[in-house]
Amino acid sequence: MEVEITLRVDRTEHRLTVDTRTTVLDALRERLGVTSPKKGCDHGQCGACTVLLDGRRANSCLALAVAHEGAEIVTAAGLARDGNLHPLQRSFIEHDAFQCGYCTPGQIVSAVGMLREVDAGWPSVVTSESDHDGVALDDEEIRERMSGNLCRCAAYANIVPAIAAVAHR
Amino acid sequence: MKPFRYLRADDVSGAVAMLVEAPGGAFLAGGTNLVDLMKLEVAAPDVLVDVRHLTSDRVEELPDGGLRIGAAVPNSDLAANPAIRRRYPMLSEALLAGASGQLRNLATTAGNLLQRTRCVYFQDVTTPCNKREPGSGCSAREGFQRQLAILGWSEACVATHPSDMAVAMVALDAAVLAQGPTGPRRIPLTELHRLPGEEPERDTVLEHGELITAVDLPPLAFAARSRFRKVRDRASYAFALVSVAAALDVADGVVRDARLALGGVAHTPWRATRAEEALRGAPATERSFRDAAGAELAAARPLAGNGFKVPLAREAVVRTLLDIVEAER
Repeated sequence: MEVEITLRVDRTEHRLTVDTRTTVLDALRERLGVTSPKKGCDHGQCGACTVLLDGRRANSCLALAVAHEGAEIVTAAGLARDGNLHPLQRSFIEHDAFQCGYCTPGQIVSAVGMLREVDAGWPSVVTSESDHDGVALDDEEIRERMSGNLCRCAAYANIVPAIAAVAHR
Repeated sequence: MKPFRYLRADDVSGAVAMLVEAPGGAFLAGGTNLVDLMKLEVAAPDVLVDVRHLTSDRVEELPDGGLRIGAAVPNSDLAANPAIRRRYPMLSEALLAGASGQLRNLATTAGNLLQRTRCVYFQDVTTPCNKREPGSGCSAREGFQRQLAILGWSEACVATHPSDMAVAMVALDAAVLAQGPTGPRRIPLTELHRLPGEEPERDTVLEHGELITAVDLPPLAFAARSRFRKVRDRASYAFALVSVAAALDVADGVVRDARLALGGVAHTPWRATRAEEALRGAPATERSFRDAAGAELAAARPLAGNGFKVPLAREAVVRTLLDIVEAER
């Protein structure tokens, strides 16, 4: 079954016809040529496909495109503004927070979403009960909140400081 | 993935009617488990009825002092909800212990309750599995058993329920509101999930076409000091080997009342009623906590590959109850 849908991707609106089986990830990569979200596991386990879906980080490989008709999607390729990289993108470069780079777009989009969650006061499982008025984003918090993004090169030792540097600005 | 028709209804009763018309169909909410199972061809619905926008995504106060959680409330919103954190902290902790930030943003409350087991044989269509294909046999009986049941299993199935959230909710005496072809009904959460018995393909008592619309939490003052503890193979982002949700009402060093449930040990989120009985009236000491855990686990029948879960569950119960008592001092 084919369905016509609209997706707004990195501030550009697209109308496209998709088979109902098409995930947001496949619609982005295969239909719209937006290849910054990566297909790692395709089962929601690695986080390489992370995008902001209506403002929240989500695994685009598990979201059916037809179920997200009209959605506002931001990928790593849409984070830069006026030719300037997003602070997290700059920080990943400054901290050498990648090796092969395949997980990096997902890591960076996930970190953008994660910092918004912290700003909204959302706790994590390692947040102390006494932190109801705000979250102190230490390395343990960053590791827990970023645990949905795997890096097979194990660049974590630099990913955590790259995120911390932006979070603590 | 097998082809399917994608349908949307105007309201809950319309969605129920659509699914009744489609015996091979399924409801779709967040999709985090269903879409994965469809990719694996463990699930092959020919119709998906999208219900994500049909039920409430809000947490509301009930007149009795409890809370009503809309079926579509994302796991992340529920975990961060101030009333949940203040009044039922173990529920917030359980949600945050589950999945990842990205998945919690997509996954819904009702979908979390209805997620399928992560038994590796259920998820692998090349192996026999009575839950996936009734009568085909159980590969897990001679297989990898680390994630499997120690309580309530049957010869047909030794799978465990994967949810953390459901463990906290079952301890809280939550009730599910469901809308079916013959009208609405209210199901205590302790009765929603089934033990496998002879029909492991049926995870719950819901009939085809019956849709969960909300989950009610009754008021429970001492749940404000409740805790959830999860033991798993990684520090984060892994299913529970064992989990414990507990609330204790202690006065003058004596347990007046208790709520206790275990995850990762059975086909259902396991309400530990025998342990609760043993705790009521007992001194709030490590000794009685250990006795209570022992009373519950006396019925355990570990498999050859998961005997470690019995002492692990016992110690996790003791530690969780001690955490609650020590926090109150």
